[in-house]
Amino acid sequence: MNPLVEAVPPSGIRKFFDIAGGIEDVISLGIGEPDFVTPYHIRSAVIDSLMDGQTQYTANYGMIELRREIAHYLSARFGVHYDAENEVLVTVGASEAIDMVMRGLLAPGDEVILPDPGYVSYQPCVQFAGGTPVVVPTDADNGFMVTPEALEKAVTDKTKAVFLAYPCNPTGAVMPLDTMQAIADIVIRHDLLMIVDDIYIELVYDGFRQESFASLPGMRERTILINGFSKSFAMTGFRVGYVCAPEWLLKNPAKIHQYAIMCASRASQVGAIQALKQGRLDNYRDIETMRQSYDQRRRLMYKAFTDMGLPCVEPKGAFYMFPSIAATGMDSDTFCERLLKEQAVVCIPGTAFGACGEGYIRCCYATSVDKMSEAFDRMHAFLKGK
Amino acid sequence: MNELNQRVLELLCQDCRMPVSRIAVMLGVSEEEVARAIQGMEDDRVIVQYRPVVDWDQTQKTFVEAMISVKVTPQRDQGFDAIAKRIGGFEEVRSVFLMSGAYDLLLLLEAPTLRELAYFVSEKLSTLDTVTATSTSFVLKRYKQDGVIFGQKMEDQRLVISP
Repeated sequence: MNPLVEAVPPSGIRKFFDIAGGIEDVISLGIGEPDFVTPYHIRSAVIDSLMDGQTQYTANYGMIELRREIAHYLSARFGVHYDAENEVLVTVGASEAIDMVMRGLLAPGDEVILPDPGYVSYQPCVQFAGGTPVVVPTDADNGFMVTPEALEKAVTDKTKAVFLAYPCNPTGAVMPLDTMQAIADIVIRHDLLMIVDDIYIELVYDGFRQESFASLPGMRERTILINGFSKSFAMTGFRVGYVCAPEWLLKNPAKIHQYAIMCASRASQVGAIQALKQGRLDNYRDIETMRQSYDQRRRLMYKAFTDMGLPCVEPKGAFYMFPSIAATGMDSDTFCERLLKEQAVVCIPGTAFGACGEGYIRCCYATSVDKMSEAFDRMHAFLKGK
Repeated sequence: MNELNQRVLELLCQDCRMPVSRIAVMLGVSEEEVARAIQGMEDDRVIVQYRPVVDWDQTQKTFVEAMISVKVTPQRDQGFDAIAKRIGGFEEVRSVFLMSGAYDLLLLLEAPTLRELAYFVSEKLSTLDTVTATSTSFVLKRYKQDGVIFGQKMEDQRLVISP
């Protein structure tokens, strides 16, 4: 057995799957994807492509039309410019991109600095690639944001890259430009790579605008930008993502992708092209419609948790809330397990996202208002009865 | 129309029974502001009525629906408005639209029986001075109305838990 794989613990949410499977009438706040079905025009374009017989492999890097659309989109929306010919790689979701980037760039023993809590796959992907994750703790006091000071302390002579993702799954934290700038200064000063997962970058609220690290001065040349269509366009099951980076940084991940995956599904790429083309025409109305709906539900959930006495940093991005359950005296795992068994509500223990998630739970507000309200009633009853 | 009114309308169009308190939280404003916005729109007849979208095929009610295209002679100084109002006054007429194309008005009609609908067309509608031609199409089945597809319940296909 591969010791690199053996060393990674099993997923922290697996057991909740099994428990939830045996319970009737479960309401889940434990879902990590939009509750919108993929916009109809996207599905329709995919159907048309299938009926036209477009079922073949595509170029390893992805269809050139899609790469051009991606380059245009990133340039128009976030002011980052990539050459569609050799700086854009279409992947099977951002998840594949994360894996390819780690495997392509890390040498054994290289350290990657990551925030804790953070998305479940970051650390394992670093480990599978033979790298060493170095976590920077974040907490409610600093808004679950990596501070420049904490980052500076984590840098060693083995540090290869810093890996950040804002807005953040699970906390909903965002990162303002001045903090990004301070972090970029450290990355440049130590001559590190910057890996950014921008998957939630479109889902921000209260007028906040999340910039992309690649757009900061001096950063494009050392940044690997990962993004995808799952969250912005509600296309999770299509599995289309992409990596953008200067050619010298992209060539290794692209090489692995070429041998291991060949190419992302053509049908999904066609859907992605349609998503971006339509967006260019109607100023990304799909994204805006969904964003506004998440925003309304975000306010509803924030008020509900505040009323329940579960303190919470008001999230400005993604579609998650990360309330503290410390006052209940339970640990995250116990809280979630009991809530599920006693009130049939699924939340994810914060510890699934790192040790710093202890004392918190992740709740997703990409759920219908009626279901969410019912879940709040049940949580209220649970808290009263505990 | 101001931004708040617009947002309130969008939520009410999703669910017109949504309580004011919930709308207020979702839009990040006070309940008073929402109540005032709704009252204002009701007073101005921007919001005209609240009613459910019904799939009548699921009920026992039997009735006939038709769409009737009507060609009319516009009247001096009043264009189509006077005749549209005149036709719209009949209780069988559910909706009246002024249309581009070969016909001028499109009517949505509802009557308890085919006979009554036929009577309306031949005796009430066609006999109006300004009506020069009509073309009647009966509704056989409703698939979608007001953005809602009938007979289809969208199940949540998502996994109960995902990272």
